[in-house]
Amino acid sequence: MARYFTDEHEWIDLEGDTATVGITDYAQGQLGDIVFVELPEIGTMVEKGKDAAVVESVKAASDVYAPLSGEVVEVNDGLEDDPALVNSSPEEDGWFFKMTVSDKSEMEGLMDDKAYKSFCDGL
Amino acid sequence: MSEEIDTDEHIEETGTLPLDDWHRRKGARMVPFAGYHMPIQYEGIVAEHNWTREQAGLFDVSHMGQLLVSGEKAAEELEKLLPGAIASLKPGRTRYSLLMAEDGGILDDLMVTNATPWIEADEEAGTEGHWGEPTYYLVVNGAMKWDDIAHLREHLDDDVTLTHMDEHALLALQGPNAATALNRVMRNVIDDMIFMDSVTHDFGEWPLRITRSGYTGEDGFEISIPAEFAASLADRLCAEIEVRPIGLGARDSLRLEAGLPLYGHDITEETDPVSADLLFALTKKRREEGGWMGHEAVAKVLADGPAQKRIGLDIEGRMPAREGALVYSGDKQVGRVTSGGFSPTLERPIAMAYIDTNLAEEGTELEVEVRKKRLPAKVTSMPFVPHRYHRGN
Repeated sequence: MARYFTDEHEWIDLEGDTATVGITDYAQGQLGDIVFVELPEIGTMVEKGKDAAVVESVKAASDVYAPLSGEVVEVNDGLEDDPALVNSSPEEDGWFFKMTVSDKSEMEGLMDDKAYKSFCDGL
Repeated sequence: MSEEIDTDEHIEETGTLPLDDWHRRKGARMVPFAGYHMPIQYEGIVAEHNWTREQAGLFDVSHMGQLLVSGEKAAEELEKLLPGAIASLKPGRTRYSLLMAEDGGILDDLMVTNATPWIEADEEAGTEGHWGEPTYYLVVNGAMKWDDIAHLREHLDDDVTLTHMDEHALLALQGPNAATALNRVMRNVIDDMIFMDSVTHDFGEWPLRITRSGYTGEDGFEISIPAEFAASLADRLCAEIEVRPIGLGARDSLRLEAGLPLYGHDITEETDPVSADLLFALTKKRREEGGWMGHEAVAKVLADGPAQKRIGLDIEGRMPAREGALVYSGDKQVGRVTSGGFSPTLERPIAMAYIDTNLAEEGTELEVEVRKKRLPAKVTSMPFVPHRYHRGN
């Protein structure tokens, strides 16, 4: 399984034609204490670069963009009861949703682990 | 991701405050606010918020404007601009007040303290102890201070002196253990003080003004100190086991829970004190007699009743409703949220809103629209979290 990153601080685990999406540890650190996550409904068609979810910290609401185009097939129900999972385990238990990947060419331009780390170091 | 940072617009030249280095050393994340670089958080807003409710938090509020108005006619001159009773305010007492526009709008909200000095008897000179020149100490909002100064300069009589204490820092120590911690740092200074008392105290070489007040709903103190000593005082306070530095983020969530309005959001030039539910800042006598800027307009709102009122909303679920969210009763838009967020103490969303007066009664069931979803909300009394001011026995 390969993990990719966007410059909007989302991570994507690609397994076959299905991608699991979440926000990175860097992103949760910037947002601070997360109190609510609004996830897309299962069956929603999301489009690369367009709003897919909203994450609310104490201070502000932030959009999470779809890193790829496709259909949402599963969402992390655990975030409803415990949105702070995004803070405590952003890149594992705090995943947001799973989606089909309709166009793999959209993977181009995503960063691997190393590239993302140097991207963050440059911020 | 795009983050909507809820602070004032970036101002071209962002100033630095006396504790700038101190905050950075403490690991603060700095943001531009009210024209200055200010700490939004250190370890995290929720942890800082809860620490303040349980222990004591130290806030740097040096961006606020500290002003002195002095002169024989200071009280009567201030009463022309503020709707509160200033002349009856005793030396060493503080009161919340408003700077009013002619049309009844609110130019700023502020704290005013009668800071008239007591002059000790002087046997050689043969003088008795007596009160010195009438002096009032005002603390105004950071983002409004330049406008306030201009307004005061324009309207106060020439015999009255206005001094901007721009060489002073202002620290707020807030929380149930604030008094315990401050007592350990400086003994026998605050023992007799109750909420809204204000004293001067020379702490070694540091001339302080200590006022038992704040913006969190907790017991606490605001300490005015010459800028050069501010970092040393902050260090001494933070050396106490109860005290941690707290950023602007928690300051906002604490004041929201305490039901205290934030200027520029919950009160503005477009809102009047009646609609804003701040009538306690207008004594009955001054409300009736007038003689202050904006009285005529406010008296009309009082007589006719306000179209809308500032109220609190308890919101169902966990999704916060923020400033600008519209409030509905059925299909009809009946109000607007002016500040809202997630309450760390109550662990649920709360908001302040202006609502049509006929629906402003406690218990009224309404809906708030957030991202095209309707959230059930109920009008509630404020504060959301009870005040714990030290009012004495």
